Amino acid sequence: MFRKLSLTAAMALALTAGQATAAEVEIEVIDYDFSFEGPFGSYDQMQLQRGLQVYTEICAACHGLEFVAFRNLSDEGGPGMPEDQMRAYAEFYEIFDQSLFDGEGDFRPATPADKFPGSNLSTAPDLSLMAKSRAGFSGPYGTGISQFVNGMGGAEYIASLMTGYHEEPECALEGEPMDGFYNAAFAAGGFPDSCKDENGKHKVPGSWISMSQPLWGDDVEYADGAPTDLESVSKDVAAFLMWTAEPKLVARKQAGLTGVLFLTVLSVLLYLTNKRLWAPHKHKD
Amino acid sequence: MGGIPHDHYEPKSGGEKWLHNRLPIVGLMYDTLMLPTPKNLNWMWIWGIVLVFTLVLQIVTGIVLVMHYVPHVDMAFASVEHIMRDVNGGHMIRYFHQNGASLFFVAVYAHIFRSLYYGSYKSPREVTWIIGMLMYVLMMGTAFMGYVLPWGQMSFHGTAVITGLFGAIPFIGESIQIWLLGTPNGAIAQPALNRFFSLHYLLPFILLGLTIVHIWAFHTTGNNNPTGVEVRRTSKEDAAKDTLPFWPYFVIKDLFALAIILAVFMAVVGFMPNYLGHPDNYIPANPLATPSHIVPEWYFLPFYAVLRAFDQDVWLVIAVNWITFGIIDAKFFGVIAMFGAIVVMALAPWLDTSSVRSGRYRPMFKWWFWLFAVNFVLLMWVGARPAEGIYPYISLIGSTYWFAYFLVILPLLGVIEKPNTPPATIEDDFNAHYAPKGDGATPVASPAE
Repeated sequence: MFRKLSLTAAMALALTAGQATAAEVEIEVIDYDFSFEGPFGSYDQMQLQRGLQVYTEICAACHGLEFVAFRNLSDEGGPGMPEDQMRAYAEFYEIFDQSLFDGEGDFRPATPADKFPGSNLSTAPDLSLMAKSRAGFSGPYGTGISQFVNGMGGAEYIASLMTGYHEEPECALEGEPMDGFYNAAFAAGGFPDSCKDENGKHKVPGSWISMSQPLWGDDVEYADGAPTDLESVSKDVAAFLMWTAEPKLVARKQAGLTGVLFLTVLSVLLYLTNKRLWAPHKHKD
Repeated sequence: MGGIPHDHYEPKSGGEKWLHNRLPIVGLMYDTLMLPTPKNLNWMWIWGIVLVFTLVLQIVTGIVLVMHYVPHVDMAFASVEHIMRDVNGGHMIRYFHQNGASLFFVAVYAHIFRSLYYGSYKSPREVTWIIGMLMYVLMMGTAFMGYVLPWGQMSFHGTAVITGLFGAIPFIGESIQIWLLGTPNGAIAQPALNRFFSLHYLLPFILLGLTIVHIWAFHTTGNNNPTGVEVRRTSKEDAAKDTLPFWPYFVIKDLFALAIILAVFMAVVGFMPNYLGHPDNYIPANPLATPSHIVPEWYFLPFYAVLRAFDQDVWLVIAVNWITFGIIDAKFFGVIAMFGAIVVMALAPWLDTSSVRSGRYRPMFKWWFWLFAVNFVLLMWVGARPAEGIYPYISLIGSTYWFAYFLVILPLLGVIEKPNTPPATIEDDFNAHYAPKGDGATPVASPAE
């Protein structure tokens, strides 16, 4: 289940080649299974709705989804929320509208056409594209087979990050106390010198992240009675964030399949045409 | 168009004659489509059609994308997301365009390596080759500027690296860099995005024009073919024994190959459209946060490896630095090497001294050529590695071989190699594969009729 990804952090700009000393940061990304993996995979509608609930009740306190519109929640292939529910959900949010109050702007309840608000904290990144912008992509160095079968891995990364909070490793207790929280799936954070060996290589995976552990298990209560342990909740929110990053995934895979089938048939027809066309010249008829 | 003797268009009806006397456009199209084409062309001759198709695909999808894209540093990223989410079919159009760039380079590398193996660049096709090289450079420029437009992290910091290359030129480099970026302090900002957008829209149309010239040039000389033997031009009848008209024989053949290639392309676009991209480009550009690992797109990697190969520890770089009183430092040397790698390739027609055109009949050349092809893949691989440990040495060896191939091996082989004898005619080669009836199934060259 454990798939260790080796990420190279800190490579100096290209032109200072030769002098750059890059530190290898190992992270632990668990290869969770998701319904949307593989060429025929699609989103699990109920899982997306559960993930939305986790996002709303926990993540949204600090993070935003500035590229996602409320109306998208009713989209086919996505959470598929009934329209009245989606409208009611949108009204729950207050949106700043510059056109109100004679151009001075004022807050009003959100409508389906509005986007989710951005992050409340400047240090909390927007989550719309997180599943596409974070490690776990298996390209462009692999052969691509893994990505073809398993998807791009962003959701695995997010779920691993949620479950990756552990006790600080013992080596960290020897040195100066670190800011933040130890997370085995996070690459880009601070790292204590006391956890590096004499070559600067990290002795433990991951690094220290400034976000405190957001999910602990049983943080939410699902209406559909789905399990709420840490792993399940992490996977639900990861699936939801995969959808926010790639809302047209299902339509895209369908288009891909149609295209491949059509072109395969076309190539067979062209093959036969070509064979027949050339036969007299190749002395084969 | 001169060249191989064949039947030309004859206007028959009154209307056809009327138009032909005023604008011989039907004749032009007829002669282009009915061009006598060597009938022994193999499957490596299909990439030209793929390239034409891809250029049209990129222009058509690009025009639609421009209808929704906003070239502004604060809005570019969001406008691409708008295309991906809100525009009808926008996600497919954008993924077609994004992966179309990769298809373009797959095809162009296959096309170039075919020319290198079968000696298509050699006399009398040097002009076709040079125009092709020019198109290749323009393609790279277009691809790079297109990558800047989404204004993600890789767009931004890739721009810093590429424009930094020009900054490495002694004395005038800094001025050139500022001129390219359009800001007094050389910051990458709105002016850079605007001009890259403008040029990204312009260059494909120049490519389209050059495509026509490229085709015109080889329609004048006739196609090369796997034997490298020229079509007989002694009479229309002789020429007809060596050739078949482009339509329908090669159009159908090429379309068949194109359909297979597009099926693979469709699978990539449909099932793994981000495989060839970088995740960091889904983070909006932030000048203050440099991605941990700046790597260009896969198609630039071989040249990126050459750029990084010549660092300040290489004795040649140290020597040049000393001789030029420090004017050519390691950074500038790398830039010269990178552009030089393309220049020496463009000069291949004059560096290859062999009297035999096709690599098929050159026993020694074959080995060096395949080593060159493997070396290209090796450079591509090492270009994506960090510049540490053993990788810089691999880059250096690979880059050295690149230059040695063109500057030493191609000139020398022509002198020391004893080539085999190619078949006398294209017809002989064709009949050796497809024996005429009554000749048994023995695949040997048989005399005509």
